[in-house]
Amino acid sequence: MRVDLLMEALPIMGTGYLGIFIVTGVIIGVVSLLTKLTGR
Amino acid sequence: MEVLIQNFSYITWQMLVMWAIGGVLIYLAIAKQMEPTLLLPMGFGAILVNLPVAVEGTGVQHVLGTLFSIGIEGAELFPLMLFIGIGAMIDFQPLLTNPKLMIFGAAAQFGIFFTLALASLLGYDLRDAASISIIGAADGPTSIFVATELGSKYLGAIMVAAYSYMALVPLIQPPIIKLCTTKAERKIKMQYKGKPVSKTTKILFPIIVTVIVGLVAPDAVALIGFLMFGNLIRECGVMQSISETAQNALANLVTIFLGITIASQMKAADFLQVDTLIIIGLGLVAFIFDTFGGIMVAKVMNLFSKEKINPMIGAAGISAFPMSARVVHKLGLEEDNQNFLLMHSIGVNVSGQIASVIAGGLILALVKAQIGG
Repeated sequence: MRVDLLMEALPIMGTGYLGIFIVTGVIIGVVSLLTKLTGR
Repeated sequence: MEVLIQNFSYITWQMLVMWAIGGVLIYLAIAKQMEPTLLLPMGFGAILVNLPVAVEGTGVQHVLGTLFSIGIEGAELFPLMLFIGIGAMIDFQPLLTNPKLMIFGAAAQFGIFFTLALASLLGYDLRDAASISIIGAADGPTSIFVATELGSKYLGAIMVAAYSYMALVPLIQPPIIKLCTTKAERKIKMQYKGKPVSKTTKILFPIIVTVIVGLVAPDAVALIGFLMFGNLIRECGVMQSISETAQNALANLVTIFLGITIASQMKAADFLQVDTLIIIGLGLVAFIFDTFGGIMVAKVMNLFSKEKINPMIGAAGISAFPMSARVVHKLGLEEDNQNFLLMHSIGVNVSGQIASVIAGGLILALVKAQIGG
């Protein structure tokens, strides 16, 4: 068991998973706006 | 006469094992129809590269090695070209009708990050742990792209695990879904509000997603760019024959070469190692926790939402398109023959396709930043 390597990976785990939600949130926002604008 | 039989003396037991593995892959492809387009060339290729040669790296090994250098190792051409075909096949309408479904695509990437931590704990360095974890993207081209970019020495095992598990989604997911949900939850019906989506939205969507992902995760821009280029060809409405070519001829052609090129990495000496078994095990962990992540986020959303979500659709966020959407739909019908979840699960499934590419890009960016690559 390499706890030192785990400690190295944990920030990537946190930032990466959070990052996906942030990017996805931006895409959801833009697509919702786009749908509203083009649906008029 | 001696010339005819001298090759028999080069046969090792490891080669025989690889022939057997090749045979199993061919059997699964033909008899069980599991991803035959990939498992069949991979199985045949596994036998091909494990035939004895007088000098290593010559003959068919040289031919497949050259295909590997050009199509995968050099500029990841095969996975990228395949993405044009996949992009042309995907209809984002169910997602554009209800963009919130993308949350589940994001949630179902949890297995990638869980496996990254687990692989690190097991002693794999960051490059290899990240490459192994991306099996959880449930997306062959992304797995190949990330593992190649990070220069992982386990590329062969990663490719085999990624494609094998994608084929096994109908076997892997149902028990996990049933374990994570109650019968009552699986019976939740969801109304599909099939709102029309304008052509402008459909055309702008691939362009906007490319720009957003390109800005946040530039390392994934080739992947997302080729996927979305394929989708733009489909949606623009003026490239019908090219769209059909991308969906059929291009995708089929690249798949043939991709499968047999992957097999070039299945030489006995490299493949028959304990690490291969561990990687295949970690790949399974990634798929299980992807499914778990998607379902759990759906359950959390149900705590705050008036309109209940069937948590099973969260499991479709694992990108293995369209297998996981079909699995969820089938499980819904098993519980209640009037519970039609297909449109919702397809929407989640295509969002998983995008989210897995974003995950790949973020993993590349974060790992490179940490190791200074």
